[in-house]
Amino acid sequence: MSGSCKAMANGTAVVVGDVSVQPMPAFRSSVLEEGARGGRLVSLFPMEGPDGTLLFAFVAQDAMGTVALFAGALGSERTYPALTAQWPQAQAFERDLWENGGITPEGHPWLKPLCFPSLRSGQTIPADYRYFAAEGEEVHEVAVGPVHAGIIEPGHFRFQCHGEEVLHLEIQLGFQHRGAEGLLRNAPAPRRLTTAESIAGDSVVAHTTAFALVEEALAGAPVPARAHALRAVALELERLANHAGDLGALAGDVGYLPAASFFGRLRGDFLNLTQGLCGNRFGRGLVIPGGVRFDADPGWIDGTLKALTVLRRDMEDTAGLLFGSASVQNRFEGTGILYKDTAELLGVVGPAARASGCGRDVRQDHPAGYYRFAQVPPQMLASGDVYARAMVRWLEIQQSLRFLEDNLPSLPSGFLRVEAGTRQPGRIAVALVEGWRGETVHAAATDASGDLAAYKVTDPSIHNWMGLAMAMRGGAISDFPLCNKSFNLSYAGHDR
Amino acid sequence: MIDLLRARLRQGYRTQPFPPATNPLPERFRGLPVISSGPCAESCQTCMEACPTGAITTDGGVKLDLGKCLFCSACAEACPEGKILFSQDYALASTSREALVLNGEGIRPKVEALQGEMKRLFGRSLKLRQVSAGGCNGCEADLNVLSTVGFDLGRFGIQFVASPRHADGIVVTGPVTRNMASALRATYDAIPAPKLVILVGACALSGGTFAGSPAVAGMPTDIPVDLYIPGCPPHPLTILDGLLRLLGRLGK
Repeated sequence: MSGSCKAMANGTAVVVGDVSVQPMPAFRSSVLEEGARGGRLVSLFPMEGPDGTLLFAFVAQDAMGTVALFAGALGSERTYPALTAQWPQAQAFERDLWENGGITPEGHPWLKPLCFPSLRSGQTIPADYRYFAAEGEEVHEVAVGPVHAGIIEPGHFRFQCHGEEVLHLEIQLGFQHRGAEGLLRNAPAPRRLTTAESIAGDSVVAHTTAFALVEEALAGAPVPARAHALRAVALELERLANHAGDLGALAGDVGYLPAASFFGRLRGDFLNLTQGLCGNRFGRGLVIPGGVRFDADPGWIDGTLKALTVLRRDMEDTAGLLFGSASVQNRFEGTGILYKDTAELLGVVGPAARASGCGRDVRQDHPAGYYRFAQVPPQMLASGDVYARAMVRWLEIQQSLRFLEDNLPSLPSGFLRVEAGTRQPGRIAVALVEGWRGETVHAAATDASGDLAAYKVTDPSIHNWMGLAMAMRGGAISDFPLCNKSFNLSYAGHDR
Repeated sequence: MIDLLRARLRQGYRTQPFPPATNPLPERFRGLPVISSGPCAESCQTCMEACPTGAITTDGGVKLDLGKCLFCSACAEACPEGKILFSQDYALASTSREALVLNGEGIRPKVEALQGEMKRLFGRSLKLRQVSAGGCNGCEADLNVLSTVGFDLGRFGIQFVASPRHADGIVVTGPVTRNMASALRATYDAIPAPKLVILVGACALSGGTFAGSPAVAGMPTDIPVDLYIPGCPPHPLTILDGLLRLLGRLGK
């Protein structure tokens, strides 16, 4: 590795002044080189300062367990040659830079607003936007959303089809854009925390843990081991609830109702365990900068271990039904294939990546907090279809059950929280958390007075929505609900 | 098939009676806040400062707006006199917005059941269309859960439907982002009158943690609201309780 970057560990901060700032052409080529060596872009954002605008890129080096930080000095013209042309996984980040930062990545192959934020332009998503269109005899277009048939977040899907076959899918998001990053940077401390809890309401623990790790790294707070352990317990409960819910929804989408209703109920049982710990089914109120607010008392631990015995049995029964049914397998296998090279190219993360043979998992590659002491090897399949995405979830459910059974009886003792303290000036921090949906990243930088000069959230959905669009190509439009559910991406997390 | 029957027998009948015989919620659950009456220490504003959403005012005694409250209990933690406590009471819905501003002197959320023609039309069968307008998927998840075997919303004649034209009312979640304002309006307009409007969650009621964000338009003020269901997100029992009270289906 060259001296052009600063190698950081997950959940740490460095002095901004220690990062070598390169002119844009050199910045660009060193980031691309890191990508060519197998690096993955986990965050890309600008910081406005008295000496001009810096562009920061965090590139995960999974094999080394480090995250490389690159800094580029953006000139007053606020343009640079786009990374995306050579490195497609930068596409969403650079579109965000363009629409939110007023920075133009020149030569970006698809410089379309990501969210149509009303912040800068005052414009909402235009009704007459010209979507990519295919032409030809018997080619037709299908438009779905933003309001969907079920209780689902809003998004618009525009299909170009030839008969049943999907030639192209353009996914228009942004309907959920609430300006969360602005609040995370500027709002008072209590509201920053509740905003972090609401980036994606099904990934509260993942987002608040990343949020807290960044705050703690910027302040240099010594977080107690018990707090780290309880965050991990809550994160695995979050994974169990969502994975169980997803398997149920997949069963429902192929009309296999017994597994749909059993998994639906089991999901609620996991949420109720979280509720017993912190009073909220989704883990709100648990994680705070400096630690956690609620302890796992012996009664809760005993009760949870007993409940897990029954839940494990019921989950095994139900998974046996789902994966043992020939009609289910027939619908899952070969549907919505995301090939490994496409997944690599787009920087897909989480179960969707692991189902396509990409062995990445923050808990293994960049362990922070309690995961430094408890190993969680990635669960992988190679086929990249709906079956693989379902099976990876089932393997991870078993792994999370084992994690809780192994660790709950012997949680580290000690304090629950410390004062997070004040942020140190001129620092930049990054935190990666493997949420149930995948890699959840928060990054922030402070100015000379310790105030936040930049705050960036990367929900796993930022990478993965394009993966869904690619998995649909050449597939049948009637398979879309099933494919969509097998990724189960966050609209709110993407739109922020 | 035999495995399926065995699994069904093992898991048993899972639909919970409603209303439940005893409150099933754990000690740490944060339901209806209880505010002790009487004056606070002079110029003490610790609860107000701790609140993320400005739900609390302290002029002339503590007032807490459940429409803004995220039930985070930061106020209860901050108050040096323990004047705010969160009970396990999940009945939080209200037909009156004013009744959500608690003052420790007997104001509590209150649902006036539908009367006359509205009761006749919707009392035994209510079809609802849900629109998420910036909801984070928390409220959406706990609305969805009402249709699982545990809560079995269908047994009360209530159902979420796919088209606004099949619906008797709309359930709105989220702070109503600028990008969703027109889709929300179009959906509302497509529902045939008379129709009900139900807001679920702090974001829909007040903007919640996103109130005042430049990307948020807020719930249009010209749409009349029939039921407010506070929470972040509201517990499924809170939502179910509110819906059934509105329909006059709970005896109290």
